[in-house]
Amino acid sequence: MTGTVLGTPNPVAIAFFFAFISLTLGITFWAARRTRTAEHFYAAGRSVTGLQNGLALAGDYMSAASFLGIAGLVSTSGFDGLIYSIGFLVGWPIVMFLIAEPLRNLGKYTFADVVAYRLAGTPVRMAAALGTLAVVAFYLIAQMVGAGNLVRLLFGLRYETAVSIVGVVMLAYVLFGGMIATTWVQIVKAVLLLGGASLLSLLVLLRFQLNPLALFDAAATRYGPQVLAPGQLVSKPLDAISLGLALMLGTAGLPHILMRFYTVPDARTARISVSYATGFIGFFYLLTFVLGFGAMVLVGREAIQAVDKGGNMAAPLLAEVVGGTGFLGFISAVAFATILAVVAGLTLSGAAALSHDLWVNVVRHGHADEREQLRVARAATIVLGLLSIALGIAFKGQNVAYMVGLAFAIAASANFPALLLSAFWRPFTTRGAQASMLVGTLSALILIYMSPTIQVQILGNAKALFPLANPGIVSIPLAFLVGVAVSLAAPESRADEAFPALQRRLHLGAE
Amino acid sequence: MIHKPETLAGLAAAQWRLALRLTVAMMAVYFGFILLVAYDKPLLGRLLLPGLSLGTLLGALVIASAWVLILVYVRWANTRYDATVASLRARQ
Repeated sequence: MTGTVLGTPNPVAIAFFFAFISLTLGITFWAARRTRTAEHFYAAGRSVTGLQNGLALAGDYMSAASFLGIAGLVSTSGFDGLIYSIGFLVGWPIVMFLIAEPLRNLGKYTFADVVAYRLAGTPVRMAAALGTLAVVAFYLIAQMVGAGNLVRLLFGLRYETAVSIVGVVMLAYVLFGGMIATTWVQIVKAVLLLGGASLLSLLVLLRFQLNPLALFDAAATRYGPQVLAPGQLVSKPLDAISLGLALMLGTAGLPHILMRFYTVPDARTARISVSYATGFIGFFYLLTFVLGFGAMVLVGREAIQAVDKGGNMAAPLLAEVVGGTGFLGFISAVAFATILAVVAGLTLSGAAALSHDLWVNVVRHGHADEREQLRVARAATIVLGLLSIALGIAFKGQNVAYMVGLAFAIAASANFPALLLSAFWRPFTTRGAQASMLVGTLSALILIYMSPTIQVQILGNAKALFPLANPGIVSIPLAFLVGVAVSLAAPESRADEAFPALQRRLHLGAE
Repeated sequence: MIHKPETLAGLAAAQWRLALRLTVAMMAVYFGFILLVAYDKPLLGRLLLPGLSLGTLLGALVIASAWVLILVYVRWANTRYDATVASLRARQ
């Protein structure tokens, strides 16, 4: 394909981008006047409806990595890209069955509230904050690096400029509008992304008599039938299972997703919001089948890889082919909006761990008035915002999809086991929770460091100490085992006696 | 549920049983798919119709099965679970 305008300033993209920024900053201004207490700042006053929260969850979850990365992966390697689409969806039923309702009924602002419900607060919150911040850091790096590359390719801006713009705009949302603004930014973004991806898929399918099979057949005719079969991506089964386990259980441990369940009024609404979210996200990942193969056939693999080796520009290039420069501009602006929204959600959850868990509950032992809570939350937001810009610039050139996989692995090892055991397993103790979260976080981090990706590809060593790219299959069971073993070794009567009260509140809600 | 006495312990046990079964079902479906991808690539590459490989169909079915399992849970929770919660709360 000749003559893409990608990478040169596109007036339509810039117009849509400014329209999005104006709209969302307008929402932030409106939200800022409603953000007077910590409950507003962290939990949007618990007034979000099921549909709204479903869209916001989908908005938080459908990152640019899935829109651009998975469409790109499908367009360059066919079926293998679909394995990612599927892996990212199957965590949602787990969130529904085991996490959403207990979280809503037991906690206040962070997942550590649930773990600390019948255990000693200080040690549990310190360990939980460590896990949360590790997840947020990896996920933020992935999003910021993705943002820098994307904006550079889409608008022709410098990488560092792009990262700084994302950081500053995101800071404005979170700092002034808190969770109310962040939720609405997610909703606007989710609607734009679902609408844009649907329209793009429709325009593609119109060229194939609205029959996806005709599209897949065209891909097989042009690039061979192997594009519809598993290829090289899953060459080591253990690697695939480890990544799959991390994706599945990591969703239920992502702090920015868990925090969303506090924005709804009750457990029933939390449940309904997960059904909406799973519907939207599943639909979106089904669309990536069409987008990926559409780009493969209509743009061509060579043209996609000529613009970006990783294939990340497949969806924007496809938009240009089927809808012209104007549609390319729209899709580019949607992709940028997507990154902004996800980064805002991540920063808010990291700020909650720093201020609500560490400052208010550990340092001040719960004795902080509303004004102090809000002030500390905003200070933490600024720290994280600046940190995310610095990390984005420092980690320039890292593989985004790999970093996301690692964030999921840490979330699945550090947060998920302790969360589940604290709500459902009576003998669980403070020491058990602390040990599980610390071992989960540290084992995931250490195994990542010992993995072939760091040792062989980055440090240039001949061999890695740990054979797998993703630590999930070791670190997740280890976190469970340590939590159980430590709890059984030294029972805690206070935690045991408080279990019936927890169970009552878990199912019946607050009195 | 109708004949059982409505106690909190009974409710908690019923919720846990269903949640665990559905979780195991989702894991079985997903890891079954991953194992097929890992160990029987030619099978998944087999074409059922022009353009439709078994792998693509099964992949779409994994997504559909997530929806179905969620539907099963939500239907149970919105009716039986919520009704029991309401009557237990009323008795408080």
